[in-house]
Amino acid sequence: MENLIGLLVVAPLLGAAVLLCGGRRLDRGGPWIGTLFAAASLAIAAVLFAGLLGRDADDRTLDATAFSWVPVGGFRADVGFHLDQLSMTFVLLITGVGTLIHLYSVGYMAHDERRRRFFGYLNLFLAAMLLLVVADNYLLLYVGWEGVGLASYLLIGFWQHKPSAATAAKKAFIVNRVGDMGLSIAIMLMFTTFGTFAFGPVLERATEAGEGKLTAVGLMLLLAACGKSAQVPLQSWLGDAMEGPTPVSALIHAATMVTAGVYLITRSGAIFNAAPDAQTAVVTVGAVTLLFGAIVGCAKDDIKKALAGSTMSQIGYMILAAGLGPIGYVFAIMHLVTHGFFKAGLFLGAGSVMHGMNDEVDMRRYGGLRKYMPVTFVTFGLGYLAIIGFPGLSGFFSKDKIIEAAFAKGGTEGWILGGAALLGAAITAYYMTRVMLLTFFGEKRWQPDERGELPHPHESPRTMTIPMIVLAVGSVFAGGLFSINDVFLKWLEPVTGHAEGHSPVSALTVTAATMVVLVIGVAIAWAQYGRRPVPVTAPRGSLLTRAARRDLLQDDFNHVVLVRGGEHLTRSLVYVDHSLVDGVVNGTAASVGGLSGRMRKLQNGYARSYAVSMFGGAAVLIAATLLMRAV
Amino acid sequence: MSFPLLTLTAAVPAVGAVATAAVPAGRRTAAKWLALAVSLATLVLAAVQLVRFDPDAKGPFQLTESHAWIKDFGVRYELGVDGIAVVLIALAALLIPFIMLAGWHDADPQESGSSRWRPTQGFFALILMVEAMVVISFEATDVFLFYIFFEAMLIPMYFLIGGFGDRAGERTEGGAAAQRSYAAVKFLLYNLVGGLIMLAAVIGLYAVTADQLGTGTFSLQEIVQARAAGKLDLATTTERALFLGFFFAFAVKAPLWPLHTWLPNAMGEATAPVAVLITAVVDKVGTFAMLRFCLQLFPEASKWATPVIVVLSLISILYGALLAVGQRDIKRLVAYASISHFGFIVLGIFAMTSQGQSGATLYMVNHGISTAALMLVAGFLISRRGSRLIADYGGVQKVAPVLAGTFLVGGLATLSLPGLAPFVSEFLVLVGTFSRYPVAGAVATLGIVLAALYVLVLYQRTMTGPVKEEVRGMPDLRARELAVVAPLIALLLFLGIYPKPVTQILDPAVRHTMSQVHKADPKPDVNDVEAAK
Amino acid sequence: MNPVNYLYLAALLFTIGAAGVLIRRNAIVIFMCVELMLNACNLAFVTFSRLHGNLDGQIIAFFTMVVAAAEVVVGLAIIVTIFRSRHSASVDDAGLLKL
Repeated sequence: MENLIGLLVVAPLLGAAVLLCGGRRLDRGGPWIGTLFAAASLAIAAVLFAGLLGRDADDRTLDATAFSWVPVGGFRADVGFHLDQLSMTFVLLITGVGTLIHLYSVGYMAHDERRRRFFGYLNLFLAAMLLLVVADNYLLLYVGWEGVGLASYLLIGFWQHKPSAATAAKKAFIVNRVGDMGLSIAIMLMFTTFGTFAFGPVLERATEAGEGKLTAVGLMLLLAACGKSAQVPLQSWLGDAMEGPTPVSALIHAATMVTAGVYLITRSGAIFNAAPDAQTAVVTVGAVTLLFGAIVGCAKDDIKKALAGSTMSQIGYMILAAGLGPIGYVFAIMHLVTHGFFKAGLFLGAGSVMHGMNDEVDMRRYGGLRKYMPVTFVTFGLGYLAIIGFPGLSGFFSKDKIIEAAFAKGGTEGWILGGAALLGAAITAYYMTRVMLLTFFGEKRWQPDERGELPHPHESPRTMTIPMIVLAVGSVFAGGLFSINDVFLKWLEPVTGHAEGHSPVSALTVTAATMVVLVIGVAIAWAQYGRRPVPVTAPRGSLLTRAARRDLLQDDFNHVVLVRGGEHLTRSLVYVDHSLVDGVVNGTAASVGGLSGRMRKLQNGYARSYAVSMFGGAAVLIAATLLMRAV
Repeated sequence: MSFPLLTLTAAVPAVGAVATAAVPAGRRTAAKWLALAVSLATLVLAAVQLVRFDPDAKGPFQLTESHAWIKDFGVRYELGVDGIAVVLIALAALLIPFIMLAGWHDADPQESGSSRWRPTQGFFALILMVEAMVVISFEATDVFLFYIFFEAMLIPMYFLIGGFGDRAGERTEGGAAAQRSYAAVKFLLYNLVGGLIMLAAVIGLYAVTADQLGTGTFSLQEIVQARAAGKLDLATTTERALFLGFFFAFAVKAPLWPLHTWLPNAMGEATAPVAVLITAVVDKVGTFAMLRFCLQLFPEASKWATPVIVVLSLISILYGALLAVGQRDIKRLVAYASISHFGFIVLGIFAMTSQGQSGATLYMVNHGISTAALMLVAGFLISRRGSRLIADYGGVQKVAPVLAGTFLVGGLATLSLPGLAPFVSEFLVLVGTFSRYPVAGAVATLGIVLAALYVLVLYQRTMTGPVKEEVRGMPDLRARELAVVAPLIALLLFLGIYPKPVTQILDPAVRHTMSQVHKADPKPDVNDVEAAK
Repeated sequence: MNPVNYLYLAALLFTIGAAGVLIRRNAIVIFMCVELMLNACNLAFVTFSRLHGNLDGQIIAFFTMVVAAAEVVVGLAIIVTIFRSRHSASVDDAGLLKL
C-alpha cells in the first residue's frame, strides 16, 4: 500500500520522460500515451483512496520513506511520502481533473505539431503536483513546488514563437521565484528552530517555539503562497499566464497548481494557529485579493483573463478561510475542490468557444453562441451557476460556509472580513453574468479574423465535450454531496482540526444576505449587457474600469519600480564593473605602461649616447668610490 | 611501500601531454584520439582512487606518498587525499574527456598545408598538462609542492586562452578579435600577483616553522600536528598576515569580488571548452585550497576574517548575478553567473557549519557539471552562428529543438532548480549560512531570484520568439555534441535526486575540517527532536 | 724620466679615445678609438708594473692584448657585414633594434 504512493508520482514522471525523450516516433501516439499515464495515476489514486476509506477515521495516514536524499551532518532530508485525508483529497482532485484535461487536450491540441511535447509537459506537471501534496517534509514539498513552477513555465510558453507567450512564461517563473524565496527562508527558519523540516516533528512541536519565530515562518510561508496562488502583491503573473493553451489554464491556473498556496497554509495550520499575527496577514491578503481579482475580472474583455481574475478572487476566498484557523480550514479545502470542478469546467468551456471561434478571445466579438454550441453552453452555464453560488449547486455550499466563517471570526475583524466576502460574492455574480451574457446571449458580434474569414462556430469533438460534461456534473453535485451529514468535514477533521465559530449573525441571515447580493449582482449585469446591445469595441469607461483593465495599475507599478529600476541598476553596475573595479587595475597597468614609455625614450638607438651613459656611469662610480675613501 | 596511485594519476596525463605534443604534424586525428585515450585512462585511475578511498577510515589523508625532495629546505614530495580532494579529482578527470570532445575541432588548423605548425597537438597536450597539474594540486599535502603546481598551471592556461580563442570573424561586443591576448595577459597577471603574495606567505610559514621547530617544514600534517601539540605557536598578527597571503591567491583564483574581472574576459575570449576548463576545473583549486590550507593551517585567523569574507561573498553573489543580467554576450553572462556561484561556495566554506561546508564542497562538483553543460551547449550554439551576442539569436528552439532543450536544462541547473544537482548544494549552503548568520542567509537567497532572471532572459532572447533570418537552417546537435551533453545532463539529474554517493565521501572530510577550526554547528531552539522521541 | 709622465700620457690617450667614441659616427673610427683606449690602459698597466716593481700589470697587459685581438676579429667582421648589407659604416644607421 505504502509503495503505491511513490508509484503515484513516478507514473506521470515516467510518462514525461518517455514523451520528452522519445523523439519523433511518438509524435502521433503521444497524446494517448500521455493520457494513459495520467489515467494510471488516477487508478493508483483510486486504489489508495479505497485503502484509506477502509480504515478507521483516526488511522487514515500512510507514511513511506523511499530513500535518504541529502544526509549531511545534522541535516537530514529524506524522499518520504505522507498520505493523509488532506493529501488524498488533493491527489484525487489532481489526478481526476488532470486526466479529464489530458483527454480534452487530445482534441484541443490535435492540430499542433508539437503536441507530443505538450503532453510530456502535462505529465511532468502532474508528477510535480502530486509530489507537492504527498511529500512528508517541506524540502521535498519545495521540489514539487518548483517543479510545478517549471511545468507552468514550459506550458505558458508552449507557443514559444509568440514573444508574448515567452515573456508571460518568464514573468510567471520569476514572480514565483520571489515566492519560492519565501518558502526556502521558511524552511531554513524551521531548520534553525526545530533542527528538522519534516512535517511530523515540526507541526507537533510548533507550540514549543517562540511566537516571534513562528510568525516569521508564517509570513514567509504566506509569501510563498502569494507567489504560487497569485495573491496580492504577487498576483501579476496570472493574467499573462493565459497566453498558454487553454487546457493548461484550466488544469494549472485554475484547478490545481494555483491552489497549492492554500494547501501549504492548511498543511502548516499548526504553525499559523500559534502565530495570530501571521494569521491576520493571511486573512488580509485573502480579503484584498478576493476583491482585487473580482474587480479586475469585471473589466476584462478577454474571456480567459476575466476567468483568471475570477480564479484569483476565488483563491482569495480560500486563503481567507485558511487564515481563519480551525474554523476555516475545512471550508477552504472544500471550496478548493468545488472550485476545481467549476473553474476547470468554465475554462474548458472557454477553450471550446475559442476553438469554434478561430481562437478569438475578445468576448465583445462573441454573442449568441448558445444555439451553435449547445453542449458548451449547458456545461458552461452550470459552471456559471455554481460559481455565483446558485442555491443547490456546489459553489453555494462551499462559498456560503466561508462567508459564515468570516463573520464568525468575531469582533470588528469579523464584520470587515464578512463584509468583504459578501461584497466579493456580489461582484462575482456581476462579472460572471457579464461573461455569460456576452458569450452566449445577445446578437452575433462576430468579426472576421486576420485572414478575413468569419468564424463558423461549431460544437467541439467528443474528446473535448466529455470532460466538460463530467466537470459540469461535479460542479452541480459536489458541494451538495460533501454537505450531506458533513461528510467532507468529518473526512478532513482528523488532519486539519475543526472548531465551530460563534457567528454574531445566524447562518440563515448570512445565506439570505448572500442571495440578496447575488440577485443584485446579476441584475446590474443584466441591465448593462442583457438589455441593451453591446458595442464591439470597448467604451473608454470610467477611471476605475480603465485601471481595472490594466490590472489596477499593478503591472505599471512593477514596470516602473522593479523593471526600470532593475535595468538602471544593472546598467550602472556594468558601468561600475568596467570603469571602477576593472578601471583601478587597468589604470595601474596604464600608469606603469606610461612610465615605461617615457623611460623608453632614453633608448634612442645611437651608440654614442649609450657610450655617454657608460662613461657617465663609470665616472659617477669612480667618484663615489673616491668619496667613500675620503670619508 | 604501497603502489603510488596518486603519482600515477598525475603522471599519466603529464606523460600523455608530452606524447600528444610529439605526434607528427600530419597525424592530427591520431593526436586527438591519443589525448582522449589518456584522459580516459586518467578517469579510470581517478575512479580507482574513489573505490580505494575509505570514507570511514581514521586520519585525515589516505593513499599517502611521502619522499624527501629538497632536503635543505624541508620540501617534501608529499601526496594524500581526503574526501574532498578525491571527489574533486574525479570531477576534473570526468570533465576533461568531455572538454576534449566538445573542442574536437576547435584547434584544427585554419588552412591545410602548414606542415610545421601543429596547433591541434598543442591544444590537446596543453589540456592534458593542465589536468596533470590540477590533479597534483588536489593531491599535494606539502605547501611548497602545492604552490609550484598551483602557479605552473598558469603557463598552459595562458597559452590555451591566448592561443586558441574563438574563431576569427566572430562578432563580439567590442568587435575586435585582438581582445584575446588582452584576456590571456590579464588572466596571467592577476593570478601571478596572487601567486607571488602567496609565495611570500609560504616563505614566511617556512621561516616561522624553522624558527620554532628547529627545522623548517612545509608539510601540512606536520604543521597541523605541531600546532595541536602546542609546539608551534603563531603570534596572532603573524597568523593573520600569513592567512591573508594565502587567501588572496585563492580569492583571485576563485574568483571573489573585487578580484573577479579577469574571469569574464578570459571566459569570453577563450573557446567554450577552455572556458569550462577555467571555471569548472582550474578555479576549483582556489576554493579547494581555502578549505585545505587556509582553514587547516590558520584556523584562528580564518575565524577572525570570516565577517569580511562573508560580506565579500554576498557581494559576489548579488553583484555577479546583477551583472549577468546586464550582459549582452552569452559567454560573459555565464562567466558572471559563475562569479555569483563562486560567491555561494566561499560563503558556504566560511559559514563554518557542517551544512555550509558540505554544501560548498558539493557545490564545487555540481557547479562544475552544470556550468560545463550550459557553457558547452552555448559553445555549440556560438560556433553555428559565429556570434556571441545574445541579440543575434532568436527562435532557435524552432530550428534546433534538441539544442534549445539541452540549453534550457543547463540553464535550469544554473538557476538551481530542485531535482537537478545544484539545488541540493545551494540549499545546503543557504541553510548552513542561515543557521549562523540569518541575515546573510536571507540576503543570499535573493540570488536565486536573480539567477532565474538572467537564465530565463537569456533563454527567452536566444531560443524563443520568431525565428531570425540568420538562425534559419541552423543544424541541431550532432551525435558528437549530444554525446558530450547527454551524460552531463544525466549526471545532473542523478546527483539531484540521489547525491548520497558523493556526500558520504565528503562528509567525514568536512567534519574533520570543522574540528580543525574548533567550530560546532549552532543548536536548534527547540531541543533535538530526534533525542526527544 | 719620471714614470708618472707615462701615466699622464695614458690618461691623455684614453681621453682622446673616449672623445672619439662619443663624437665620431664612423664605425671604423670608433673602433680605432676603442683600441686607443685599450692601449692607453695597457700603457697605464705597464707603468704601474714598473712603479710597484712586480709583474702583475704586465701580465694583465698581455691579457688585454689577447682580448683586444679577439675583439678586432669579431668587431671588424661585424662592421664589414653591416657595411656590405647597408653600404654605410655609420653607427647611427644601424638602429634595427630601436623600437
